[in-house]
Amino acid sequence: MAEVLSLAVDNLISPIILSFVLGLSAAFLRSQLSFPEAVARGLSIYLLFAIGFKGGAGVAEHGIDLGLVATLGAAIVLSFGLPFIAYALLGALTRFNTVEKAAVAAHYGSISIVTFVAATSVLEGRGLAYEGYMVAAAAAMEAPAIMSALWIIARSGSGSAAATGLYREVLLNGSIVLLVGSFLIGMITGEKGMETVAAFIVSPFQGVLCLFLLDMGLVAGRSLRDNPAVLGAGGILFGLLMPLLGSAFGLLAAQLVGLSSGGTALLMTLAASASYIAVPAAMRVALPEARPSVYLTLSLGVTFPFNLAVGIPIYTAAATMIAGGQS
Amino acid sequence: MEIIIEAPLERRLTDALTQAGVTGYTVLPVSGGSGRSRRWSRSGQISPGGGMVAVVCLTRPDRLDSLIEAAFSVVERHIGVVSVSDAEVIRADRF
Repeated sequence: MAEVLSLAVDNLISPIILSFVLGLSAAFLRSQLSFPEAVARGLSIYLLFAIGFKGGAGVAEHGIDLGLVATLGAAIVLSFGLPFIAYALLGALTRFNTVEKAAVAAHYGSISIVTFVAATSVLEGRGLAYEGYMVAAAAAMEAPAIMSALWIIARSGSGSAAATGLYREVLLNGSIVLLVGSFLIGMITGEKGMETVAAFIVSPFQGVLCLFLLDMGLVAGRSLRDNPAVLGAGGILFGLLMPLLGSAFGLLAAQLVGLSSGGTALLMTLAASASYIAVPAAMRVALPEARPSVYLTLSLGVTFPFNLAVGIPIYTAAATMIAGGQS
Repeated sequence: MEIIIEAPLERRLTDALTQAGVTGYTVLPVSGGSGRSRRWSRSGQISPGGGMVAVVCLTRPDRLDSLIEAAFSVVERHIGVVSVSDAEVIRADRF
């Protein structure tokens, strides 16, 4: 318990969390502060490229082993399976209709790459090593959840999913292409490549992450401020319980594939996080009847801040406690 | 004709318009707005799923019905606005 508290306090007074809090506060105070869309997208491209490259370089340094294949398999199974658990929990806690429950479930089976990046930052700050290929696991978890949601809709007979060309768009969405591409570049160029670009992707990383989280705080705060009643108490409860439930499945999967404590914390974080980049775009095409205010407010306004402030310290402490001996 | 539609559907819409015989169109970014779904703003967004675009195209009145049909084949289930207004074409030789 003391370990969790110490992690939580360290986390709460870190520059990235305080930047997020600044954004949230500015949004609630109705400040005019805002990031142009192009700047926000530029920051996200930088972060995706940097985290992908670092992961690939890490794999080049330590080599590819069976753990990579097993972790990718576990990640895909988690992404396919978590939407069904989320859908059942939504049924118990909320009055959302079937289409909205399926759309929200897709978000919680997929991942938030920014939460993942924040977790790697916490691990690095505490000197906890993790497998470089966790970046590939993050990319692998982006899309399967969307297919689970479409399957739920098809089975329920609650409408049709307008999915022409959707799978191609999902599998080739910008974040997956950038993550996998930069991961491969890092893996091919290895240590030498890392030395070449380190000044760009290592040193400025924390500062860029602070700016990006400031923007995320603004977007999350405005989403909560503008849609206060859309979720209801049950929806908010879901947004807080589902990450804990997802992380428990992530912990189980990490134990089965034998990840290190750092890798376990990251797989728990991935399973606990909810998408707000790839899945919302897919849901607008496939399930337009679902209100974006429901799933965006839940994933960005409730689950993202929860994971950032409370979730990551819990997952890190649990992983250190349970998988502490593995490295 | 001006169609304001969710950004992820832009290519589907412009493909449908092209197939319906439109030879040119203009796509404009939309800064933000408010409607039945929620208030939203383009600033700070990182997901292509959250934004909207406006697609503007000029056509002859006798081709309008087929164009509206093509547009509605894409926009019918989605958030958006479709409007038609008269326009005076100054440089007809450009079309």
